[in-house]
Amino acid sequence: MTAASTRKGRLRIGLGQLAPALGRVEDNFAAHEEMIDRARSAAVDLLVFPELGLTGYLLQDLNAEVAMATDDPRLTALAKRAGPMSTVVGFVERAPDEQLLIAAALMEGGQIRHVYRKAYLPNYGLFDEQRFFGAGNRLSAVDSRLGVRLGLCICEDFWHLPVPYLLALDGAQVLVNISSSPGRDVAAAVEGGLGSAESWGTIMRAYAQLTTTFVIFVNRVGVDESVTFWGGSQVIDPAGDVVFAAPLLESGLFTVEIDLDDVRRERTALPLLRDERPEFVLRQLERLVREQAGVPQEPD
Amino acid sequence: MAAYQLPAELLIDTAIARRIIAEFIRGHLRQTGFERVILNLSGGLDSALVAFLVAEAIGSDSLLCLLLPYRTSSVESRADAETVVAQLGCRSMLIDITPIVDGYLETALGGEDVERVRRGNFAARARMAVLYDQSVPWRGLPAGTGNKTEALLGYTTIYGDNAAAFCPIGDLYKSQVRQLAAEIGVPQRILDKAPSADLWPGQTDEGELGMTYADMDRLLYWLVDRRRTRGQLEAMGFGAPQIERVERLIAASEFKRQTPPVAKLTTRTPGVDYLYPRRRPAPRAPRAT
Repeated sequence: MTAASTRKGRLRIGLGQLAPALGRVEDNFAAHEEMIDRARSAAVDLLVFPELGLTGYLLQDLNAEVAMATDDPRLTALAKRAGPMSTVVGFVERAPDEQLLIAAALMEGGQIRHVYRKAYLPNYGLFDEQRFFGAGNRLSAVDSRLGVRLGLCICEDFWHLPVPYLLALDGAQVLVNISSSPGRDVAAAVEGGLGSAESWGTIMRAYAQLTTTFVIFVNRVGVDESVTFWGGSQVIDPAGDVVFAAPLLESGLFTVEIDLDDVRRERTALPLLRDERPEFVLRQLERLVREQAGVPQEPD
Repeated sequence: MAAYQLPAELLIDTAIARRIIAEFIRGHLRQTGFERVILNLSGGLDSALVAFLVAEAIGSDSLLCLLLPYRTSSVESRADAETVVAQLGCRSMLIDITPIVDGYLETALGGEDVERVRRGNFAARARMAVLYDQSVPWRGLPAGTGNKTEALLGYTTIYGDNAAAFCPIGDLYKSQVRQLAAEIGVPQRILDKAPSADLWPGQTDEGELGMTYADMDRLLYWLVDRRRTRGQLEAMGFGAPQIERVERLIAASEFKRQTPPVAKLTTRTPGVDYLYPRRRPAPRAPRAT
């Protein structure tokens, strides 16, 4: 029996908004361990760390040096330390075929239960991820020991509509996005003072509402080279309302309790997922792909 | 003088900008293993603002300001720099660079007639040499004080005033520097005076650039940040000759904003296909078992 089930569908979420040190894997493991211990003391059910929390973000050619296989003893030790607490960590995975991938691991019961590989790698503006990393090819929700189905994704994945859509269709009740989002655009006209924070907030509230799921967003803080990451981790409920927002730019462990029954209530009142038509979407996608590939159309 | 008009589209949220810059300063010190900062304080707006921002981020005890006048430098500049030092309560050091500069220009070159831009550039590089030398006994990281306007226009001396370990205000236009400086408490005299590189008497930036900073910054903002085309800029009221001149200045100074190209000969070349973070952690010895 998990801690969560004793509280009838209530989950205590821990947002591990830390500042990874670039390339200093040992230091970052230590920071994760320290926060895991604190989260366990605070009876957290699900602790989420940011994208590449174990390595730092702007790695460039350090990518190969900090990469680890999913059976790396350091990851296993971290999973054991998390014990019964479900924990999501971000790292560079060296896959069996030697590809380097940006990965998120769900650790449960002292083991790695699920690994998700970032599917959409940004390569524009200040981003250069496709030079250094391969892209994941599989997106699926995963059943957690917490009695809830989770949809893991990583940063830029959330700037592509299929990701929240597919995870919700796959049964996710909670979308978890781990990020290393650089702060930019300090124009006075921006609400809240930071353009990147405002645009993320807008799309995440929309996703929560459109998929009627919880959204947990954990973004790192700290500095890599020119870039300062803005934090501002959030939990949004299935009605699209912000349940909790961590401060901008400050590191820390932030906890918030959510009521999973919000999913039932929202989906009863607003059965958008029931009315989704994946077969319709699939037909249109097949047509579009055919057209764009120049394949002659079959007559209707 | 007339009140300075800050163009509306350039207004920034100074509270968030200050927090990000403070994080940036602290982050770089952490990554480099330094606890202190050193900078050249000219008496002008940019270096005054960086001094205030560093003091805000790490405390004025950890800041050393160098005052490095040449014999033609304006007396007001030095007085203004001293006001900043007094207001912050930070450490300062006054070093007259005249013997260094004249040792070369007058003695070594034997009084040859050297044009003033060359003199100015040499003085800027002498200040850089002193900055990096004094960073050693102070054990401080040299902060750059350049802004985005001058970086884009190439209105800098390469390996002179543009040489630094990190640049806290390098992504702020001069107008935004002024907005932030007013907010953080830079003395009014410095805010009010005409910006000048002070490389020769009577020099002013706006005189040399042929435009006010307000107009220049608006033009740069719409051209660079908002990617407006020449036709769109003209429709907004910018003059065609001004646009052309600014585009030319930007293009001609790309080299000042980048590290020099290395001739590619081997399979892995620094800066080309050997790419690492500037502060790369040394690999640690494996733990003894």
